[in-house]
Amino acid sequence: MSKLKESFRTLFGGKPGKPDPANFSDDAKVIHERQSGKRTADFKEEFGRTKETSRKNTYWRRRRWLVIIVTNLLFVLSYKLDIQMLEGALTGSRFVGFHLADLNASLQVMLAFKQVLINLLIGTVTVFIMWWLLGGRTFCSWVCPYHILAEWAEILHVKLYKKGWAKNFKFDRRTRTWLWIIFAVFAFLSGYTVYETISPTGIISRALIYGPGLALLWVTLILLFEIFFSQRAWCRYVCPIGLTYGIVGATSPMKVQYHLDSCHHDGECRKVCLVPHVLEVTKAKRADEPIVDIPADCTRCGRCVEVCPTDSLLFKFKGLGS
Amino acid sequence: MLKNKTTRRTFLKSLSLGAAVVGAALMGIIPVIKGWVKKMRPPGALNEKEFLASCIKCGQCIQVCPVEAIKVADITDGFGIGTPFIEPRDQACDFSCDGLQCVLACPTGALTHHINYSHEAEMAVAAVVAPEQCIAAQGKGFKGLARGNDFEGKLRYNEIDRWNPIAINEHPYDLESCELCVRQCPIEIRIDMCEAGNPPSGEERQCPPEPAIRMKEMGIVNGKKAFLPEILDGCVGCGVCEMICPAEPPVIVMKERPGSGRILI
Repeated sequence: MSKLKESFRTLFGGKPGKPDPANFSDDAKVIHERQSGKRTADFKEEFGRTKETSRKNTYWRRRRWLVIIVTNLLFVLSYKLDIQMLEGALTGSRFVGFHLADLNASLQVMLAFKQVLINLLIGTVTVFIMWWLLGGRTFCSWVCPYHILAEWAEILHVKLYKKGWAKNFKFDRRTRTWLWIIFAVFAFLSGYTVYETISPTGIISRALIYGPGLALLWVTLILLFEIFFSQRAWCRYVCPIGLTYGIVGATSPMKVQYHLDSCHHDGECRKVCLVPHVLEVTKAKRADEPIVDIPADCTRCGRCVEVCPTDSLLFKFKGLGS
Repeated sequence: MLKNKTTRRTFLKSLSLGAAVVGAALMGIIPVIKGWVKKMRPPGALNEKEFLASCIKCGQCIQVCPVEAIKVADITDGFGIGTPFIEPRDQACDFSCDGLQCVLACPTGALTHHINYSHEAEMAVAAVVAPEQCIAAQGKGFKGLARGNDFEGKLRYNEIDRWNPIAINEHPYDLESCELCVRQCPIEIRIDMCEAGNPPSGEERQCPPEPAIRMKEMGIVNGKKAFLPEILDGCVGCGVCEMICPAEPPVIVMKERPGSGRILI
């Protein structure tokens, strides 16, 4: 229970807490004890090579990009070729006739309109169950079209940053929580779906399906901000959609799991993570159990899974066999 | 001390980021308040305030429209971003789906599910704004393409293809006295069908209770009988008369319906 509380606390922007070693399980204590021994030079050299290979691994990224492209293409083709598989846009759609509604867009409408039509309710509940099963923020990294653009922008950002041509301002992660609350309150009080005006997710989804518009300039502006001033700023500090799905996924059976036993605490995972605070547990002397679930803010993107040289981070659907 | 300073700087930076994002979003109210959102909405649209609140900006209504009358609003509409609208002069709603597909497609009820038939729609109301332009008022007939060769608008012509609308530029007319606005009025077409004992889809309930438009005699002009369209109570403001009118600018345009909260130009 306290794990879930901590998961929510960090989701809302709290700094990850340091667990008290006195509360570590006996199994974890044994592993920590064993790991505190010195590593030999030979080991270090060999492990360095393994890290190099793992760093280039894009097994999950390739699959994820394919899923984002195919999903969004399905929306486009359903309209353009009239194949009627996935009609609508990411904010609201029908999958072979069955209603789906984006949870954040639906929340904005419910708060602004103060009435809930049965179709919207069906769509919302369906999507809730779907993303609860799939891990919540899985939506972000496996479906959101802004995510893939931001990921490409991030690759550019990292290059420019290394050359000293870009800055990387860090912000307080609680900003996102405040924005979530502000947009919810604004929707309720003003009766307008205020956040939708600037939501890059909705804007890009509609631009792909119905054709580009001036709204894409706004998206470009956010991307430029991320490239030159702050790595992945929108997804990390702003997007209320991410928080909504984070809340849904907090209790999801779909997790990335950390295995303490094989971990060398080298931090390869934290370097590639969109939300590195979820990987605090991978630091030395942090895990209180041999196997720990990565908390709610994790987007299940699989970057850590693929770059980990020792396979200490793995996808896990709880309740199914290993 | 150093820690306090960084904390304070992070706080101020975060506050600026948050304020910039909220500010950008709130700018969306400007087009709404200033009345720049001069949009005619699809059939069944709630009054403008409720419509903007309830529309989930998904465009499912756009996708089902057989004549592709519905367009999606850009960020220049502020809070109205992603909402559907109709520009009747380019492409009016001709109800060729018969079943109000856009209403059925709407997941949130922004297009109210309380209407089922074309005559129940209250999209706008037609107004004769330039009677001097009217071809019939000059005692003339009309021969040729209503909107010229380059016009891309479509209409369903029942007698040609019940299921597929065709381009208006593939359908020349030859009329002794121009009466295109009445001839193509979806309400008038339905009334005629019903009077001939052949209601649309064989459904009595599809029959409009009141006529929407008629040609009114205006005496003799240039030695010929002159007419001018007169808008009647049954008009739902679908915009077909505005689209089909060969005069430039058109004799008839769509005006806002009282109570809709919408401004149309």
